[in-house]
Amino acid sequence: MTVIDDMEASTESIAAGNGVLGQRMLRKEDPALLTGEAVFTNDMKVPGALHLAVLRSPYAHAKILSVDVSGALAMPGVLHAYSGADLADSWAAPMPCAWPVTDDMKNPAHYPLAVSKATYVGDGVACVLATSDAAARDAIEAIDVEYEPLPAVIDLEDALSDNVVIHDELGTNASYTWPLVIEETEGDCQKAMDESAYVVKERYVQQRLIPMAMEPRAVVAMPQPFGGDMTLYSSTQVPHILKVMTALTLGIPEQQMRVVCPAVGGGFGSKLNVYAEELLCVQLAQTLKVPVRWNEERGENTQATIHGRAQIQDIELAADEQGKITGMRVRLIGDMGAYLQLVTPGVPLLGAFLYGGVYEIPKAFDFSCTSVFTTMTPTDAYRGAGRPEATYAIEHAMDALARKMDIDPLELRRRNFIPKEAFPYEAYTGLTYDSGDHDKAATVAENILGYADLRAKQAAQNTPDAKKRLGIGVSTYFEMCGLAPSRVLASLNYSAGGWESATVRVLPTSKIQVVTGTAPHGQGHETAWSMIAADKFGVDPADVDVLHSDTAIAPLGLDTYGSRSLPVGGVAIGMACDKVIEKARKIAAHQMEANEEDLEFAGGMFTVKGSPDKEMPLAAIAFEAFTAHDLPDDLEPNLEVQVTYDPPNFSWPFGTHMCVVEIDVETGETDVLEYVAVDDCGNKVNPLIVDGQVHGGVVQGLAQALYEEAAYDSDGNLQSSSLAEYLVPAASDVPSITTGESITPSPTNPLGVKGVGEAGTIGAAPCIMNAVVDALSGLGVQDIQMPASPLKVWTAIQEAQA
Amino acid sequence: MIPAAFDYVRAESAEEAISLIGQHGDESKFLAGGHSLLPLMKLRLAQPTVLIDIGRLTDLSYIREDGDVIAIGAMTRHMDVENSPVLAEHAPLLAHAASHVGDPQVRHRGTIGGSIAHSDSASDLPATTLALGATYVAQGPNGTREIAAGDFYKGFLTTDLAADEMLTEIRVPKMQGAGWSFQKFNRRAQDWAIVGVAAWRRNGDSGIGLVNMSSVPVLASGVSSALSGGASIEDAAALATEGCDPTADLNASIEYREHLARILTKRALEASSS
Repeated sequence: MTVIDDMEASTESIAAGNGVLGQRMLRKEDPALLTGEAVFTNDMKVPGALHLAVLRSPYAHAKILSVDVSGALAMPGVLHAYSGADLADSWAAPMPCAWPVTDDMKNPAHYPLAVSKATYVGDGVACVLATSDAAARDAIEAIDVEYEPLPAVIDLEDALSDNVVIHDELGTNASYTWPLVIEETEGDCQKAMDESAYVVKERYVQQRLIPMAMEPRAVVAMPQPFGGDMTLYSSTQVPHILKVMTALTLGIPEQQMRVVCPAVGGGFGSKLNVYAEELLCVQLAQTLKVPVRWNEERGENTQATIHGRAQIQDIELAADEQGKITGMRVRLIGDMGAYLQLVTPGVPLLGAFLYGGVYEIPKAFDFSCTSVFTTMTPTDAYRGAGRPEATYAIEHAMDALARKMDIDPLELRRRNFIPKEAFPYEAYTGLTYDSGDHDKAATVAENILGYADLRAKQAAQNTPDAKKRLGIGVSTYFEMCGLAPSRVLASLNYSAGGWESATVRVLPTSKIQVVTGTAPHGQGHETAWSMIAADKFGVDPADVDVLHSDTAIAPLGLDTYGSRSLPVGGVAIGMACDKVIEKARKIAAHQMEANEEDLEFAGGMFTVKGSPDKEMPLAAIAFEAFTAHDLPDDLEPNLEVQVTYDPPNFSWPFGTHMCVVEIDVETGETDVLEYVAVDDCGNKVNPLIVDGQVHGGVVQGLAQALYEEAAYDSDGNLQSSSLAEYLVPAASDVPSITTGESITPSPTNPLGVKGVGEAGTIGAAPCIMNAVVDALSGLGVQDIQMPASPLKVWTAIQEAQA
Repeated sequence: MIPAAFDYVRAESAEEAISLIGQHGDESKFLAGGHSLLPLMKLRLAQPTVLIDIGRLTDLSYIREDGDVIAIGAMTRHMDVENSPVLAEHAPLLAHAASHVGDPQVRHRGTIGGSIAHSDSASDLPATTLALGATYVAQGPNGTREIAAGDFYKGFLTTDLAADEMLTEIRVPKMQGAGWSFQKFNRRAQDWAIVGVAAWRRNGDSGIGLVNMSSVPVLASGVSSALSGGASIEDAAALATEGCDPTADLNASIEYREHLARILTKRALEASSS
């Protein structure tokens, strides 16, 4: 992608003023971020704040026999030190899990500090408050904890055996089993397996990943003078959820809680949570009546912030002679880690609805997920949350089926695509896919890559003694995002709704304020939301200010995750703008003595059809609305409308990714030569932001395929607890990404938009891994588990050749 | 990411630095570029009580011809080694290896002397200077002495330097006309080598240094002997792991590391011969 050209083009298009939607406008957020002027939570100057440091268990599983904080209290600058037992009475409720997926789900009580048992390396067992961060961190080393180490539980199947039970009070490590129940289909799946021409049975391991947001977490809890009000500043992506949950967990009246997110440096789901340190800071600040702050170190971030993925997937596909899918069975084991965090148990279930990919899947579908506790960091939502895992399984299994049938994997996919004419399409799950054109997305990608020529090149290059082998990867995907209609969430036992709120007000001077309930942490909502409003009102996006991420300013909202912000929050803004314009129309009609239906609104100006001399700019109407000197009867002053929008369906972006890899057979090194991503996210508000999301997402998916793994040893120690061992690829390690265009507007919302935050991640991992196996299958390699490190690739080649 | 408390003193000359380290003893450390020491301190894996900052000893930053050798001051930054016209002419292997150290930020701060004195066998420059037959100059309270690279590396992060000695200069033989190659195998550009090979060949002579194949950088002398004796590159490279004692980690098993050492040695020798 040629960024420089984009920048030049965008300057020009903004100068044009109107028609701003769809322009590659540079982000409003970036000057502050790029010059270092943006204020992150840890940048805040808070006089008198005490610094919290948390002592963490060095054991994966250990009884806490005693905690002696006296050594810490004797250290310079230390004012307070607490064990878990010291604070045990401070909590009105355990830390929240908002997704009890089954009625009998086992959920151990989880408190901000462990009291009797530590259940993962990094579990907090004591804390210190000191006058500086350095003093606090020095002091925790002086806390004396006596542990009785117990065996670690790392392997998921071993965990299910209950040889070692982690939470004694549960009596088992199994948290729940959740089947996807499809009416009147019992036995259909087995019948398909028994009677179909082809069956493939595969096991895939979704390794644990560390989200690794650029900004680790940070918290400042600031008691307000008099009355008990509390402001919590946190590097979170869910200020509204956090406000409710903090109030519940700490027993603080909700109206006294305010949550503010200063600039937030990425989340990828890891900040979609309610964390121990947030609760510790608020509770201690409230008790001590001083501000309390905490800043997460990178090493802590790898252990005290949630991990993602971590599933074992068994997938069986049955197909007829032509390769048409006739049945599918999926069994998952989900690794919950030591505790259920905010939405931990729901993550594998989200994938249940996407194992069918973009294909016509019969209802002979049998899905069940069993989730289990281990002595590792809790898992939770990580970019895609269940959906990349599902897409990986179906897309990797489709390649296995294509190999078994000895047909081209792209051809196999085409035989199974849901045809364009079939949309809206009711899937095997009962959900309705709103739109799709899979053949088009595949064709665009195929043409950019030069698929047929590459297959010929591959055939010529991959001789048995070739030192470098080419592999071509294809993945197609559907994404279920914009979570979601509130009633659907209810059917999944999710504790919150899926609506979003927007308030749009035109100020007396005609400048526009948009108040959103979304909580951007890198997505560029200030830019995109101002473009939506600017387009509606016919003004410059610079005249629109977007207010967000402060529950006092934007009290209603459900925050940012699951690619929901644009298809729910952005749509709400468009609807609020329309309502403001309708109100303005009434005022304009009154002032110009015309009928409302004779008024036209364009470029920020109301005109009267057939009377070219009559016009009234929005600015004049805004001032009339403010003075209220001459408004129509029964019309309230001011131009302000609040809309709460509950979407009628998920949004269903889709796409095709293709790539070419070259594998050095002697070393096992994989080089990604080309990557093409065609992501159809409907209408694009700002294609520059879309490209950024796709690029970042692809790199994150590629990272899962080739680089990243939260590797634990058998004692439960995280071996990749720094950026030297946890291999986040850098710009120099990833290929140039070509994006292709396919736009199928969503029919379910007036903007025709779909989410794009997770799409790249969803498409990329199977695409890369399909290419890796494609390169090596000629040598007899059946599969390689992620990440396909040089060691694993080389070992697989050795084993296949032996 | 906050180190344990330590004292800090700044030396204005090599003599003062040596005197200070004598004064503060075992728990003090020289601070050069800080790109190995400071991360260890932030992780609290190293907790020196005194840091003696030698960062301002700019008189130890130079690259100059000295008869048959190139003399490189210990405080010369990797970026200056990488871009030196003198090294480009007389020891391009070293300049090239320096371009593979870490990332640009590391190369602008890290020093050749710091890297060699730290003697991490996974670092690029100890093995490269070993392959080149370099000599290191150490200065102590009683003057200077020269230590052959082959005698310098004693064990894991342990060198022949006495507690009160400072590495001041690296002396690399001029080697115009030699074929050379640096093969660094890693997963990300910025990482330490999983295995690295620095090699040169000229007439019948050769030098092969192995990165990360033992607790110390390894001179693969068996390979050189075989080549002198007329062995093929393939056969000689098969001897690369003689005397190696590699460890396993997340990136490599012992077997894989040994395989890589042989493959990369073969590639390095082929590139050095063309």
